[in-house]
Amino acid sequence: MIELPALGWQSIVIFVVFALSLLIATYCTYAERVIAAFLQDRVGPDRAGPFGLLQPLADAVKMFTKEEFFPGGANKALFIFGPCLAMITALMSSAVIPFGNNLSFGNNAFFLQGIEVNVGMLWVFGVVSLGVYGVMIGGWASNNKFSLLGAIRAASQNISYELAMGMSLIAVLMISETLSLRTITLQQSVAGEWHFWNIVKQPLGFIIFCVCAFAETNRTPFDLPECETELVGGYHTEYSSMKLGLYLFAEYINIFVASAVMSVLYFGGFNFPFQYELRSWLVENHDWTLAAAQNLITVLGTVGLFLKIFAFIFFFMWVRWTLPRFRYDQLMRLGWTILIPLAVVNILITGGLILLGVIK
Amino acid sequence: MQLTNRAKKLEKKPMTLAERAYLPAIFQGLSITMRHFFMKKATVRYPEEVRPFSPIFRGLHVLKRDEQGRERCTACGLCAVACPAEAITMVAGERKKGEESLYREEKYAISYEINMLRCIFCGLCEEACPKAAVYLQADKIAPPRYERDEFIYGKDRLVEPVSPDARSIRGIQLTPEQADSLRSNLAQQPV
Amino acid sequence: MSPIFLFLAFVALLSALGVVFAKNPVHSVLFLILTFFALSGHYLLLNAQFLAAVNIIVYAGAIMVLFLFVIMFLNLNVDTEPHKPALAKIAAAVAGGSLLLILVAALKDIAPTGAPQDATFDSQIGMVDRLGLVLYQDYLLPFELASVLFLVAMVGAVMLGKREAGERNF
Ligand code: SF4
Ligand code: SF4
Repeated sequence: MIELPALGWQSIVIFVVFALSLLIATYCTYAERVIAAFLQDRVGPDRAGPFGLLQPLADAVKMFTKEEFFPGGANKALFIFGPCLAMITALMSSAVIPFGNNLSFGNNAFFLQGIEVNVGMLWVFGVVSLGVYGVMIGGWASNNKFSLLGAIRAASQNISYELAMGMSLIAVLMISETLSLRTITLQQSVAGEWHFWNIVKQPLGFIIFCVCAFAETNRTPFDLPECETELVGGYHTEYSSMKLGLYLFAEYINIFVASAVMSVLYFGGFNFPFQYELRSWLVENHDWTLAAAQNLITVLGTVGLFLKIFAFIFFFMWVRWTLPRFRYDQLMRLGWTILIPLAVVNILITGGLILLGVIK
Repeated sequence: MQLTNRAKKLEKKPMTLAERAYLPAIFQGLSITMRHFFMKKATVRYPEEVRPFSPIFRGLHVLKRDEQGRERCTACGLCAVACPAEAITMVAGERKKGEESLYREEKYAISYEINMLRCIFCGLCEEACPKAAVYLQADKIAPPRYERDEFIYGKDRLVEPVSPDARSIRGIQLTPEQADSLRSNLAQQPV
Repeated sequence: MSPIFLFLAFVALLSALGVVFAKNPVHSVLFLILTFFALSGHYLLLNAQFLAAVNIIVYAGAIMVLFLFVIMFLNLNVDTEPHKPALAKIAAAVAGGSLLLILVAALKDIAPTGAPQDATFDSQIGMVDRLGLVLYQDYLLPFELASVLFLVAMVGAVMLGKREAGERNF
């Protein structure tokens, strides 16, 4: 058995998650175009490599070789800092997401999670709320009125939807009584019991959370900060080359994280149906050791979690190519007069049901 | 004022709860796009897959030769007269002794140019030609070019190249003697 | 004093100075955000994870966004800067100086009594559930009063934003 130094395993996990986020974001650009094409009766990029699978590579080459452009009168330092910040905040949030249960080799158990903190949910929430800075700073530093308008829209949109998002989360936390994402996941499946995922207990909360996730990631129908019809390119009007690439990348990483969080909070995370039955069946009928069976379950669970995440990413794109963009006043009205009251009602209902003992 | 009785009276009803909730409409929309996801794609992957030409397609012109490889055009100018876009210009010349195997008629076109930027591919030149010399090919488009003057097609690009041994599109196959004489004709021809 | 503490303190002081001395208000705001991060780091060192996270969410994530939001609306050219009279400068210096004096005077005698004695050290002290219990049991009244304060502020904002009879905005 190899002896890993303290934090060694975690740094490996973090590195893998980091690489995975980047890889997934890369292929999201491809998936977005293919899905858009399919939804519109086209075939999408299919030239670079088999099925166009090397398209992201070609895009990267294009992005890197384009001219770096600095608009006149721009605040150069902040102009560069903006996309970097967007990327950093996007990458930070995946650290606490539990991507799998534990793998055990001999006496060592390894958790497939970057860091387990008992305020994991707050961490994700905090980092997501920081994400808007990249957009704001970049938009302001461009010295362009369209960029500035995009930045301002991003700020007010994120602040407004964060409220509803936080409140819909509170209902989940009331059920789970913890902020740790790992514990929330483990609670959604208990051995030997008929146990439901949180979506069953929190359908309304999930809808609110999902809508807010769309708004927080600036995706259509809430992509007003980059609304082409009104603002040219929104906050990234003046950006070119890889700085633009970082913004686009950050958006996809945010989608990935939002999907992961939704899967963990509402769809059981790395749990899948009948996992304990499968485990005991393997142990009893095939003479597997408990540890080996558990490891298999863990691996399957991780695969399952990624399938859930991909399903959500697909949903994000599916919605993007279905719904038209909201108008700005509609966006604000939806956020403040519909979602927030709904979230409050949801909290009240949840509290009442908990008191009555219907859900726990 | 009522012009027709087909006007539809639109009543602005207050929205029902389902309409105001907006979610049902979203799912309806999602199902529509999902249907399209599985539909047959309209894309033609061009270089590998070529869209079939319509049977009456009129494409790039060709100046035909007769079965002995002689140019059919007699520079009568009827095509230029018929052309609504005034795309055709030509210079007529007299056939010299010894050129009988090159040109079918005593008068022939020394130069014959069609400006493909002006041409509207109407096919009137083809209809006007008494010698059945100019045709619009059914399977060839005028390709894109970088320079405008490259669109002025001279005889070098218009006159039908003939390979003596090949069976023509119409299925005419020359006898070996005919092919030989055609080959020698082509050899002495100016480009 | 651990090196992490020293580093965080250094960052916090430096960025706090940056807030005051930066010429550009946007830079000031960014420095302030950095200060909040350093403070959150301190909270983490004090084993107060919840406080650290909430500090980032509320201050760095929401309030500073609004600050930045407002500052971006301002016309920030140097020539539109109003010239402040000397009297105002002196008054500001005196006021700031006395605040500093009071703070130093109030804090100079404080001994960190809560410093961890290994025997009584409770590793769960800063966790969410502990904090919740304390807030809702021992400090319920102040807590509720604070929320009433917020409610008042909110009602005030709504009143300000309300359209008055006969007024047309668009
Ligand atoms: S096709 Fe029509 S436009 Fe073109 S050259 Fe012939 S007559 Fe003129
Ligand atoms: S192509 Fe036909 S119509 Fe035109 S000049 Fe020649 S023979 Fe006459």
